[in-house]
Amino acid sequence: MNPVLKLLIDGGSLTTGQMAQVAGLSEAEVNQHLEQLKKDKIFLGWRPVLDLSREAAAAAAVRAVIEVKVTPERGGGFNRFAERIARFDEVESCYLMSGGYDLLVFVRGGSLQKVASFVSEKLSTIEGVLSTSTHFMLRCYKEQGFVLDSSESSASRLTVAP
Amino acid sequence: MSTDPKRWVAGHIATLPKSGIRDFFELVAKMKGQDVISLGVGEPDFVTPWHVREAAIFALERGKTYYTSNLGLLELRKEISTYVEHHFGVSYRPDDQVIVTVGVSEALDLAFRAFCNPGDKVMFHQPCYVSYHPSITLVHGEGIAVPTYAKDNFALTAEALRAAWQPGAKILMLNLPCNPTGGTCSREQLEKIADFCREKDLLVLSDEIYSELTFEGTHTSIASFPGMAERTIFLHGFSKAFAMTGWRIGYACGPAVLIDAMMKVHQYAMMCASIIAQEGALEALKNGWDNVLKMREQYHRRRDLIVRRFNEIGMKCHLPRGSFYAFPDVTPLGFTEKDFAVGLLQQQKVAVVPGTAFGVNGTGHVRACFATGYDQIIEACDRVERFVAQPRAKAG
Repeated sequence: MNPVLKLLIDGGSLTTGQMAQVAGLSEAEVNQHLEQLKKDKIFLGWRPVLDLSREAAAAAAVRAVIEVKVTPERGGGFNRFAERIARFDEVESCYLMSGGYDLLVFVRGGSLQKVASFVSEKLSTIEGVLSTSTHFMLRCYKEQGFVLDSSESSASRLTVAP
Repeated sequence: MSTDPKRWVAGHIATLPKSGIRDFFELVAKMKGQDVISLGVGEPDFVTPWHVREAAIFALERGKTYYTSNLGLLELRKEISTYVEHHFGVSYRPDDQVIVTVGVSEALDLAFRAFCNPGDKVMFHQPCYVSYHPSITLVHGEGIAVPTYAKDNFALTAEALRAAWQPGAKILMLNLPCNPTGGTCSREQLEKIADFCREKDLLVLSDEIYSELTFEGTHTSIASFPGMAERTIFLHGFSKAFAMTGWRIGYACGPAVLIDAMMKVHQYAMMCASIIAQEGALEALKNGWDNVLKMREQYHRRRDLIVRRFNEIGMKCHLPRGSFYAFPDVTPLGFTEKDFAVGLLQQQKVAVVPGTAFGVNGTGHVRACFATGYDQIIEACDRVERFVAQPRAKAG
């Protein structure tokens, strides 16, 4: 596997300079690997993982997860629906699911009303959408591998031990 | 009449030197709050995986707060037996050939107390874990240090054993992979050591606590050679590979008669290991292997990084084949191990442990634990580089 991809999968927050040291490469080589991963559409971009509940200006944002049932199209299946839905700015992630519904859509909006109007005016009005079931997220406990408000600490670890 | 309370301290304890690591610990403790990067620890930086912690919490919730049998929970001993057979190729009966202990340290203490008469000679390779020689002294045994060398990647050789051997030697203490050197033995080297043990009728105490953290080749237990399980106490535990140091949980496997002798000491001294820790260990064995592999992969990459940087900086750092310690020679930079460790701590705030804390054969070396994050390792190496680049202003 591409050594830089391996480090990205591990999910560390290494700079390209640090990646170079860990992988035993030059920084230029790390950048070349990153470029290649971008060309291959494997590496899509950087995004920070944030706990916005701690930032008053952003804390009002609302997130919801929406279960969508659609009528699959002959020839296109679910893809055309999924791609169409995924293009909305409000949509953070969109997955085709097995089970009782077809698409699972993660949405973020500036307020509850904005998310509600997105669902009622944009999502549910797409031809072929049979139903939506919207669940608003109340509180986040773990975000992309980071446990929020974790009281875990290594501060009590001895600095020198046998 | 003397009123000095020291008069009550047993003679062999009064003359027992304190661990060399203790002085250094106190030096580092004085620098609390000063952004010290510690490469001086002897434990994983990973917290015990959650599923193990959760299993222990669940055990408490179910009211598991009582003593277990002296040998430990039978279910845990069964899992240990299966694990050891699968990973080390040696078969032990859970009923009478496995004992669960409070860390490998207790298992080792039990073994010395059970097998070592006053005056018995115990061979051990050095540099070595700080407690080996004192543990022999505590039972009035006589330690025979067998040197290992950087030129051999700190592998123990049968030749060195033979050169150090003395008539009356009864026990050989092994620790492969080794703390602090990371040294291991190849299968061929170990086979020669096994031959030597049979020839000299030695009982082997084999501390294999770092065995899962073997990066070069595969780990071989000396107990797996023909005729060796009968003369070997296999010592292992959960602290390193399963990141469970604070749980204090280990075990010993061996011939039933020998485990029974250890159990006699254990039942009077300790009764049993904590049931909560035993429940956690059980979960670790049942479902923890994936986490062991993930952690090992991280250690492996960190090892490659720190060894490369140390050599670039001008230290002579052999490749530790196992464990999570680098043990570079700092003498090419013009330092003694103590000057280097003290100077680096005081000037650049990086803690490493002088090699002499692990015996006289650690002279010229320092131990640097790479069980810490990449960013910390990189920053520590940058600081080491700055330290050695200064005009030779040694610590004073």
